[in-house]
Amino acid sequence: MTSPTAKSRETAGTLRGGPRRRRVRTGVPLPLLLPALIGLAFLIVPLIALLVRTPWHSLPEQLTSPDVWQALRLSLLCATAATAASLVIGVPLAWLLARVDFPGRGLVRALVTLPLVLPPVVGGVALLMALGRNGIVGQWLDSWFGITLPFTTAGVVIAEAFVAMPFLVISVEGTLRAADPRYEEAAATLGASRFTAFRRVTLPLIAPGIAAGAVLAWARALGEFGATITFAGNFPGRTQTMPLAVYLALQSDPEAAIALSLVLLAVSVAVLAGLRDRWMRAG
Amino acid sequence: MTPTVRRNRRPLQGAAVAAAALLALGACSSSGADSSAKPDSSGSGKLSGEVTVFAAASLKESFTTLGERFEKEHPGTKVTFSFGGSDSLAASITGGAPADVFASASPKTMKIVTDAEDASGPPVTFVRNKLEIATLPGNPHHVSSLEDLTAPDLKVVLCDKEVPCGAAAHKALDASGLKLTPVSYEQDVKAALTKVELKEADAAVVYKSDVHAAGDKVAGVEFPESADAVNDYPIALLKDARNAGAAKAFIALVRSAEGQKVLSGAGFLKP
Repeated sequence: MTSPTAKSRETAGTLRGGPRRRRVRTGVPLPLLLPALIGLAFLIVPLIALLVRTPWHSLPEQLTSPDVWQALRLSLLCATAATAASLVIGVPLAWLLARVDFPGRGLVRALVTLPLVLPPVVGGVALLMALGRNGIVGQWLDSWFGITLPFTTAGVVIAEAFVAMPFLVISVEGTLRAADPRYEEAAATLGASRFTAFRRVTLPLIAPGIAAGAVLAWARALGEFGATITFAGNFPGRTQTMPLAVYLALQSDPEAAIALSLVLLAVSVAVLAGLRDRWMRAG
Repeated sequence: MTPTVRRNRRPLQGAAVAAAALLALGACSSSGADSSAKPDSSGSGKLSGEVTVFAAASLKESFTTLGERFEKEHPGTKVTFSFGGSDSLAASITGGAPADVFASASPKTMKIVTDAEDASGPPVTFVRNKLEIATLPGNPHHVSSLEDLTAPDLKVVLCDKEVPCGAAAHKALDASGLKLTPVSYEQDVKAALTKVELKEADAAVVYKSDVHAAGDKVAGVEFPESADAVNDYPIALLKDARNAGAAKAFIALVRSAEGQKVLSGAGFLKP
């Protein structure tokens, strides 16, 4: 497992157009090119279809409706809040997984990444069982503090963070593992506390990885549907995010659903494309 | 690009595509569309084969019972159900899904199928469903009317206006001049009921039959305004039915005194 770093350094060198030791034969073999193009088409054609079928004539009217803006604003707000929450608790979690050797670390890592493969609806049900008014934690929140999370904007943020945080943790943990721990050790020998070393040395070192993870988590939170509708419900302006609005619009007004989908697609593409070049290169 | 063409907005074009799909299906199956054109096949004594029934989710309990009765009465037959939201069922039927019978929770969704000319003959209303308030077991908040739901400290969920139960609830509220702010507009009637079953919400406006199906997990409260928002359930034989004879017999069972007894036992009202 020592080769990946070397390999990635080599690829990075090639990508940057740096000096190459060996001449790489150019030209792509057909058995690779054909499936690759099919793969590309498979991912892109549905998006093109959305553009083709967009009701352009009624689009301005669809998009200027206050409902759409409300849903979009809520989506952006909640995704950002979920990302912020993920940063606050996810980065330390990633650090723990990457730097501290404790028994059962493999299991903990598997559990942390579980929401990645779990159907979001299952996540929503689980959140309801934990934090619902009748949930194992939620009933105490309700009786002690009068806090109930379902049907609130905070509930949306929690549902999104639950689904999106693993993306951040995985990304940051990977970057931490690739970062040389000797810098932290050097800082420690110079008298810095472990936390100071983390804050002043590790954090700047892994900043690109954190940024990449945050963007991924944000994009995932923006598209979250299953856990949100299950845990937070659907109320315009409070818990109705764009994906929920799209789903419900599809029942009666497919044109509106297409228009809403287009907005969500445009926002996602803009953010991913805009940030990828700046921060995701190192990841 | 071909798959995208199938997602049609215009009903006329949709009908054309659906018709093409039906023709293709008819060509594949041996009995074909011509058997459904024969009006006299219901009277035949010997029925066999599979009947595929697409039915609204709210009919699950009663139709399952009726399916079992049908199979017992006509040995050699098999009734297969696909229960779901009426909208999505209608969409799959117009999209060419192989079904013999469609039982919908609202005339509006049935119209999607009849507009696409996928039904064989006009649909008939076989039951009606009234709204009821589902609240926590024992009714701790003493809900006794629709107006009680407007209390500010009560968490109420409604169905979204886009789905039949939400449209009906809206109609009832409008008729009574009440303004109700729920905590959530759920995507279907079962989702709304579940929130009460899980005690996350204090009350939901759902169908009488759903309250019945939930048993003692919720308490039902009738309200007079529900008379303004009664939902008709239409049933129809489909044009591309592969087993039209048995399908007609199943519809006859649903509409018979025996079928109506099962349905009213499940909380439905007579048409």
